[in-house]
Amino acid sequence: MKIELRHGAGGVDTSRLIKNIFARHFHSPVLDRMEDGAVLPRPEGDIVLTTDSFVVQPLEFAGGDIGRLSVCGTVNDLSCMGAQPRYLTAAFILEEGLEADLLERIVASMAHTADEAGVQIVAGDTKVVEGNGGMFINTAGCGVRPAGRDVSSANLKPGDQLILSGTLGDHHGTILSARMNLASSLKSDCAPLTGMVEKLFSGHIDVHTIRDVTRGGLATVLCELAEASGCSAELDEEALPVSEGVRALCGILGLDPLTMGNEGKLLIAVPEPDAARALQIVKSAPYGENAAVIGEVKPGKGVALKTSVGSMRTVSPLRGEGLPRIC
Amino acid sequence: MNPEQQSRRKAMADYLKSYSGRPLRLMEVCGTHTSMLYRTGVRALLPNEINMLSGPGCPVCVTPTNYIDKLVEYSFKANTCVLSFGDMLSVPGSETSLLGARARGGHVDFFYAPEQALDRAEKEPETTFILAAVGFETTAPVWVSVVDAVLKRKLRNVKLLTALKTMPFAMDTLCATGKIDGFLCPGHVAVIIGSEAFRPLAEKWGRPMVVGGFTAELLLAALARLVHESSCGRGGLWNEYPSYVRPEGNQKAQAAIARVFQPGNACWRGLGVLRCSGLYLRGKYAQLDAGSYGLDDDHLPDGCRCGDVLTGDINPRQCPFFNQKCTPDHPIGACMVSSEGACRIYCVEGEISK
Repeated sequence: MKIELRHGAGGVDTSRLIKNIFARHFHSPVLDRMEDGAVLPRPEGDIVLTTDSFVVQPLEFAGGDIGRLSVCGTVNDLSCMGAQPRYLTAAFILEEGLEADLLERIVASMAHTADEAGVQIVAGDTKVVEGNGGMFINTAGCGVRPAGRDVSSANLKPGDQLILSGTLGDHHGTILSARMNLASSLKSDCAPLTGMVEKLFSGHIDVHTIRDVTRGGLATVLCELAEASGCSAELDEEALPVSEGVRALCGILGLDPLTMGNEGKLLIAVPEPDAARALQIVKSAPYGENAAVIGEVKPGKGVALKTSVGSMRTVSPLRGEGLPRIC
Repeated sequence: MNPEQQSRRKAMADYLKSYSGRPLRLMEVCGTHTSMLYRTGVRALLPNEINMLSGPGCPVCVTPTNYIDKLVEYSFKANTCVLSFGDMLSVPGSETSLLGARARGGHVDFFYAPEQALDRAEKEPETTFILAAVGFETTAPVWVSVVDAVLKRKLRNVKLLTALKTMPFAMDTLCATGKIDGFLCPGHVAVIIGSEAFRPLAEKWGRPMVVGGFTAELLLAALARLVHESSCGRGGLWNEYPSYVRPEGNQKAQAAIARVFQPGNACWRGLGVLRCSGLYLRGKYAQLDAGSYGLDDDHLPDGCRCGDVLTGDINPRQCPFFNQKCTPDHPIGACMVSSEGACRIYCVEGEISK
């Protein structure tokens, strides 16, 4: 079956679509009431709210799909604020011609990823527009930040050690290879990192800053953090984890892993005395096995990279479009 | 990296850092080399005596304005759509770029791989698709497979506007100026045409020609060789990228190129019209050509010095527009547009000490 405009008209066809696909996979007592809104218990701690839209092309790729991505992106944004993700809303814009089987796979993948991240999908919406069988997802996420967690992009302090939770460029390389019809063994790193972040807090690490290294890559993210914090940062090229597959793709296409997008990597800044323990915690968490200390925060401005030949170079944020529709 | 490789790398880096012989003007022909010399940090090691110049090895940068103008013209024709690699879209023509044309209602789109254009052509038989076939010997085999696929799939609505160029002729012209002491030959091009393709140039002009790769190790090896031989004034050919580049190159690819394309005159920004330096569809395939011959008119925007950048006469910083009037966000010249353009690389990749 293909999705048609009638599936978004709000009538019988819409109800059937919701019942047969969305309600079958998203199990939540709140959602099952099918009310106009979700009524949620008052939490202890500050509420953190975020939203993100997902337009990735292709819809399914090695290591993930737009559904998994739409959960991970929003959940990881909450975690980077020090919040424990609790609830998600999910809004779908479907293009007519979309295969219902594909939609169901994506919805099932969202449900599975939400379970993994420990969040409930509590509200949703579906629209159908003209088009060529594509789809877009918006998710909003609500999390709760326990008292005492002070993480912010403006919190870098000179001396902080920078931990990267794994290899650079896997998601970018996967999407690009798919679009270029390149045979490749790359897999997207798309993953929920809630568990990793919670382990850092429960391990009493004095976390200053956490950022997910998404569009624009490490170069862009770190330049933004350095500017927000009024510090500089120095990276060590030899310490940067990059998989062989991504390295090979960069060699062919002239890409820089530093400006490639990721969907399951965190950059974590911790004071020097906590660094070794924080690295151990990240390495032992799911998706953290390739984590490494990649550099240090210093006084001053900008981001520099100590190259493998021993010289220094400036690291600049990504300019231009990079790769459109990567997430 | 094992200790032996590490000490070899250090020795090469030290050699380059401490070079104090006669000043050398060396050219990296390929845009990817320009980028990787910066990114690997190798360029920052070089003393003032080693002056690396960027050459005409960015296909978008050397394409003359009336090639862009012709694409723009096509984009406004009824039932016609121009498809190109993304890099080409922002390059200024004499009136506008392809993106400018699109904003004014022209039909322009981009592809990651030309095969995607063919899928689209199949789905939209009423539209004629003009494919901007730009590149050097490296890209020519891709266009061969596109031509073959168009014929095999019997697509009557696909045409190619070609601006394909071959490197040795351009390097010959640069050698003739006598201003360049040695060349870092383009590694990707050499994979196709073979290292021996550069030997006639080395012998004719008595200059060192070193084929190099793109990693820090390979760049150090190629530059150490190039600096050593240039400083001794020794001409010759050295292949420092032997794991990928064979002396005879990829003969299958060469044969495919020769089957589909024939040499013809081509206009290079900065160098003018060079005999036999272009590739054009042969007679058997001529029905796919969208009028590629004779696009020899190149007028740069007033004051733009891309032509001098592409011949190594100035480095990007010496252009009065560099990072002032001409920036990656508002480029005036093609060298600031393309990700392989020297001006853009100098600007985006940050501070370069030379």
